[in-house]
Amino acid sequence: MSARRIPWVLIVFLVIVWIPWLGSRYYTFLATDIVILALFATSLNLLLGSTGLVSFGHAAYFGIGAYACAILTKTHGLPFLAGLAAAPLAAASFAAFFGFFCVRLTRIYFAMLTLAFAQIVWAICLKWNSVTGGEQGMPSVPYPDMDWMAALPLLGALRVGEKYYLVVLVVVALCFALLHMIVHSPFGRMLTVIRENRERAQFIGIDVRRYELAAFVLAGAFAGVAGALFGIFNRGVFPDLAYWSKSAEVLIMTLLGGMGHFWGPAIGAATLLFLHQLITAYTQFWPFILGTILIVLLFVFPGGIVGAIHAFWTRFRKRGPRA
Amino acid sequence: MTDPSFLFGQFVSGLTTAMFLFLIASGLSLIFGVLRVLNFAHGSFYMVGAYSAWQMVQWLGPRTESFWLAVLGAACAVALMGVAIERLLLRHLYGREELYQLLFTYAVVLVLGDFAKYTWGTQQLSVPRPPSLEGAVQLFGVQIPYYSLFIMLLGPLIALGFWLVLSRTSAGRMIRAAALDREMLTALGANTGWIYAGMFAVGSFFAGLGGALVTPVRAIVPGMDVEIIVEAFIVVVIGGLGSLWGTLLGALIFGQVLAFGILVFPGFSIFAAFGLMAAVLILRPWGLLGKPLK
Repeated sequence: MSARRIPWVLIVFLVIVWIPWLGSRYYTFLATDIVILALFATSLNLLLGSTGLVSFGHAAYFGIGAYACAILTKTHGLPFLAGLAAAPLAAASFAAFFGFFCVRLTRIYFAMLTLAFAQIVWAICLKWNSVTGGEQGMPSVPYPDMDWMAALPLLGALRVGEKYYLVVLVVVALCFALLHMIVHSPFGRMLTVIRENRERAQFIGIDVRRYELAAFVLAGAFAGVAGALFGIFNRGVFPDLAYWSKSAEVLIMTLLGGMGHFWGPAIGAATLLFLHQLITAYTQFWPFILGTILIVLLFVFPGGIVGAIHAFWTRFRKRGPRA
Repeated sequence: MTDPSFLFGQFVSGLTTAMFLFLIASGLSLIFGVLRVLNFAHGSFYMVGAYSAWQMVQWLGPRTESFWLAVLGAACAVALMGVAIERLLLRHLYGREELYQLLFTYAVVLVLGDFAKYTWGTQQLSVPRPPSLEGAVQLFGVQIPYYSLFIMLLGPLIALGFWLVLSRTSAGRMIRAAALDREMLTALGANTGWIYAGMFAVGSFFAGLGGALVTPVRAIVPGMDVEIIVEAFIVVVIGGLGSLWGTLLGALIFGQVLAFGILVFPGFSIFAAFGLMAAVLILRPWGLLGKPLK
């Protein structure tokens, strides 16, 4: 059975890598947005789906990554790679500090403390004018140096946004590979044990807090990478990147796709952003639509898209032989 | 800087902020205490209360004593809306994980936010003070509007009322029992479903009341829902989720931190408030006057 499995991930990657050659700026724009936020949502799922921790402040690490990269590349003129490396480091350090306190709490209190820390980050971004640009944020974060691509076949004719899409795709693909490894490693299994039964995990001698903190730091680091990529894509970083409604948005993406599956959050991010583009073309009342989708989701498809497909598929297969 | 009348002015402004916040946060805290649901939509109820009050003032005619009728009407409308949401949707989520409840109330925030934009537009609206409370009193060199005095008296009165109902009546006994052990209360034959609905109605009523009463002082704008809910969260977390006196204390602390934080580090007073919230969660997650959850 497993030998005949279709390599979906590889197929999807090979298809979306050609998006810039469709020649539409709009498609490349949407694809870049989706790829970055898919990474953001998947990083959250390391907490939500794998460990069972509800963080209501994940946007903080997205914002920290974005600001770290923007400050290094724009204010200090360092190359993109330095910014990209600094983003997860900065996000992970903050996550380690905040997480140290957060994992001491459980359930609703954990969610409230992550929210409080995220709001502190937001307040700092909003008020520390000399470093973060305050309310105005930091516009026009520079693109990475992509002149070397001109020498390569096929790539030379691409516009800067399209080249950047390829950079994003490579970075995100690497991150996904790492995340996949983490989730399926013995460490990842341990997180699942904690999610399934925290007390029992403690009972058999697992240092639950330490594992939770490690998951928190890793999730923060990957959110930081996503933030760094987003700041450049967005042509600027703003305090709103760390605001609590952003944290809620990424929670919705994760839930929409299905937090029970590794690729669920990515599918959720793609679906949500696609719907957003589609619906805002007709009406400005997108939040109303989003709220309605969310309510339907919570009541009818609590497992998200992947969960729904899975349930449909198992029912279909059960019926199959009889028909 | 150390001019006493100036400091007194800051103190009074902090006290007014605190009492407004108490009106709103008390409902949030009570709902959490009994239903164990952290209601993000509470800020939206406050916003709908404000817009409804404006609408009713338009119907009844501004600058008359019918302001009070409008305030009461708005609060009742919000209470009805709250009960409808609780009975039709929220109650089906009680057995589920917190995440689903949190996201459901967030969905309500999104829907109500757009509903308000659609119905009342995006421009700023305001309501004049009722004639009986126009003017101000001079106290230690500070002008205190009668309206602020009224709010400062109303807050403690409502706290006292809550306390009397909760501790001295049979309905209050039921509510406290529901907060402690829902299953046991159901087994004893009480209709806990209606206790929950009633609590949600009361909580929503006070959110609506807060929103309606704030209209003569603050502009009614889209986005006031998201702004107030974060402040209300700070207040209930500091005081203790589910604790009435804790909420009052939390509101008083928050008001003073905001009023005097501006003097100590200008621009960073909101930062101080979030810092306080984080510190309380770290040191005493159940809040200053709350009790630890089982």
